[in-house]
Amino acid sequence: METIKLEIDGKQVETAKGTTILDAARKAGIDIPTLCHDDRLAPCGACRLCMVEIARNGRKRLVASCAYLAEEGLVVRTETEKITKIRRMILELLLPVASTGPLETMAKRYGLEESRFEGRDEPACLLCGLCVRYCAEVKKKNVTCFIGRGIDREVVFLSDLSHTECPLCRECLPLCPSGTLYSLYLKGFSGGPEAGSNKGA
Amino acid sequence: MSKLNSAAELKKFRQDILSGRDPDKPCVTVCLGTGCLACGGEKVYQAFVAEIRKQGLEAKVDIRRTGCHGFCERGPLVVIFPREICYLKVTPADVPELVARTLVENKIVDRLLYTGEDGKKIAHEGDIPFYKHQSRIILGTNRLVDPTRIEDYIALGGYSALAKSLFVMTPVEVLDEVKKSGLRGRGGAGFPTGTKWETTRNAPGEPKYVIVNADEGDPGAYMNRSVLEGNPHSVLEGLIIGAYAIGAHQGFIYVRQEYPLAVANLTVALEQARELGLLGDHILGSEFSFEVAIHRGAGAFVSGESSALMTAIEGRVGEPRLKYIRTAVSGLWEKPTNLNNVETWANVPAIINKGAAWFNGIGTKGSKGTKIFSLVGKVKNTGLVEVPMGMTLKQVIFDIGGGITGDKKFKAVQTGGPSGGCIPAEYLDLPVDFEELDKAGSMMGSGGMIVMDEDTCMVDTARYFVKFLSEESCGKCVPCREGLKQMLLLLENICAGRGREGDIELLEELGEVMTEASLCALGTTAANPLLSTIKYFRNEYEAHIREKRCPAGVCKDLIHYYIAPDKCQACLLCAKSCPTGAISGDKGLVHVIDQAKCTKCGACFEVCPSRFGAVTRISGRPVPAPVAAGTKVQGRK
Repeated sequence: METIKLEIDGKQVETAKGTTILDAARKAGIDIPTLCHDDRLAPCGACRLCMVEIARNGRKRLVASCAYLAEEGLVVRTETEKITKIRRMILELLLPVASTGPLETMAKRYGLEESRFEGRDEPACLLCGLCVRYCAEVKKKNVTCFIGRGIDREVVFLSDLSHTECPLCRECLPLCPSGTLYSLYLKGFSGGPEAGSNKGA
Repeated sequence: MSKLNSAAELKKFRQDILSGRDPDKPCVTVCLGTGCLACGGEKVYQAFVAEIRKQGLEAKVDIRRTGCHGFCERGPLVVIFPREICYLKVTPADVPELVARTLVENKIVDRLLYTGEDGKKIAHEGDIPFYKHQSRIILGTNRLVDPTRIEDYIALGGYSALAKSLFVMTPVEVLDEVKKSGLRGRGGAGFPTGTKWETTRNAPGEPKYVIVNADEGDPGAYMNRSVLEGNPHSVLEGLIIGAYAIGAHQGFIYVRQEYPLAVANLTVALEQARELGLLGDHILGSEFSFEVAIHRGAGAFVSGESSALMTAIEGRVGEPRLKYIRTAVSGLWEKPTNLNNVETWANVPAIINKGAAWFNGIGTKGSKGTKIFSLVGKVKNTGLVEVPMGMTLKQVIFDIGGGITGDKKFKAVQTGGPSGGCIPAEYLDLPVDFEELDKAGSMMGSGGMIVMDEDTCMVDTARYFVKFLSEESCGKCVPCREGLKQMLLLLENICAGRGREGDIELLEELGEVMTEASLCALGTTAANPLLSTIKYFRNEYEAHIREKRCPAGVCKDLIHYYIAPDKCQACLLCAKSCPTGAISGDKGLVHVIDQAKCTKCGACFEVCPSRFGAVTRISGRPVPAPVAAGTKVQGRK
């Protein structure tokens, strides 16, 4: 297997060609925060928490480490002032949606007590897409899906499929970082095709 | 029509067309672009057909349906060749007179001509200031062709660039010519076209694809639509030449479903090109084969982003994907794919025919050629303009656009569509090209140019564009989706008088992170309208937040209408215009607005005669207490 050498946070790291920066870093014991990443799923690059700075030929650039493949001689920095600023802002944007589980841990790590943005009291779907992609990529069932776009995007369970597929599976439920998936599942199970809607929850 | 099997046959076909045409024969061209159609162009066209028949002039006069001429403000437009007399705002009732006077007597009908600043009538189309200052390399042919007749395009030399490419040049020579020309992508990013072609050509993997991006979705922008509607063959010819240079045999034209006329004209163009052997197997008898399919977009703005567009053609939801491997290398079905905007493709035939040096001679150091802009908003001459890169904003807005409607003060121009920025009056001398617009905090984008006057609130403008983007973002990545959501909320609060100290700084911080961290170009540019308006109009934001005042008097929650008792002449005009019955008053009695009932529609403000000026708009200070009911007016004016 072809291996490549790169530098992550000053550490010399050797990894197989085709490895992402995120994987290479984690193997070297460097923790890059993520929300939408799961080793079993294709990189999606949606949460942007895993952004890192790469430098090649003196040119610096920010990339999503979950998707960017490690390159020979690449110099990676996973915590710079700019990256911290980005992560804090992304967390501030997510906390008003749900401040549970991994969000709480990451907020502590970045010293955030509360967000400057308005939100609601009850946690809601963070739209990380773990359930949707797990159902599509691992289970190949496509019971959960996104509907709407922009700020109206939401996750729904398609009720007809849900009746036949979900009772025997439910493997997506523990993946949910906001803990709201079970209620979406129940709504989808009991209603029409779009009954799992998060709206007005 | 039978297939043309060589460059010589194409040449002969063209000569046959030309020999059957008399350049001195009068030809009535009626603009039937979407703008002129909307204001009755079709009826004008039909009236000409009927009148010409009635006068028995069918053999002596040609009549041509064309695409958009550009001067949309004054449509329906009629240009009568060979003298190129341009008639504006023509109605069917005008047609008998135009036929009798201009076609029969060869005289000009003054009342339908353009009137210059000095009051003089201008008959010749090219002398009208709107057209005079333009360089219409692409748009100029619109008025010369019926888009549904390939003969019209071929008569102008159409497809000769394709023949030259196929039989005189190698694919690499074509590619080099485009590289040397300095042509850059007209869809917004301005990436060098030749370099992009080269990347796809050299990328491993077969087949390779070429795509026309016609998913024009910016509010107020219709450059691409007009080119596709008016001269679809120019785009198609460019595409075939590009495919030859790149080594692609399948192309796609991704066009919005909302552009029915463009789809119809494109469909006809493809059929006619196939019939003549200009598309399909062994084009013009050469070894090169190429096919094109039209893919109709389902109305998502974000599908104009190249990777989202390709995902949509693949049959999936049009969402951008991670592009650490460029689409030029791994695009449609993970094959090397070259995507260019409509206008980029339309430039190619001219570059091949006239050469890179010619194209290179137009424009600025870094931006070559011309650019089409849709000049809209508070400008006198709304329409499509094509100017050499480097013309100043002032020339575009004032010399071509004729200045601001109602002779109000210019405040800002928004360039680059919803992801562009607002440029203030201090920058009117800015030469318009890729670099300069970027430096000013805006961008070229696909060529939208929205002119704003002094009555425009810049906070409200930012709110409008952020709302548009929050609905049109795909919603996949956090900075774009949640960022736009919070940005919109903050802007709505500021417009409603709920803004707080620190909001501006928070918005700036948020905007910077969105720009740095979003997944695709929609997200990385989404903060531009906000950041550019804060940069140039920070005082307006501060007035909204600190004084609860909207300086332009636009934000309804921050304004009140009030009738000054000492000025009211009790004319009843305002009371009659009020849709909610909020104005009380009678003959001789001062009118009073009931603030609780007032919906701030501004109707009273509009109708109050300017010599009275009694109805005023108040912002940032309390409304004076109403006068006692039955107060008499103080002296008539």
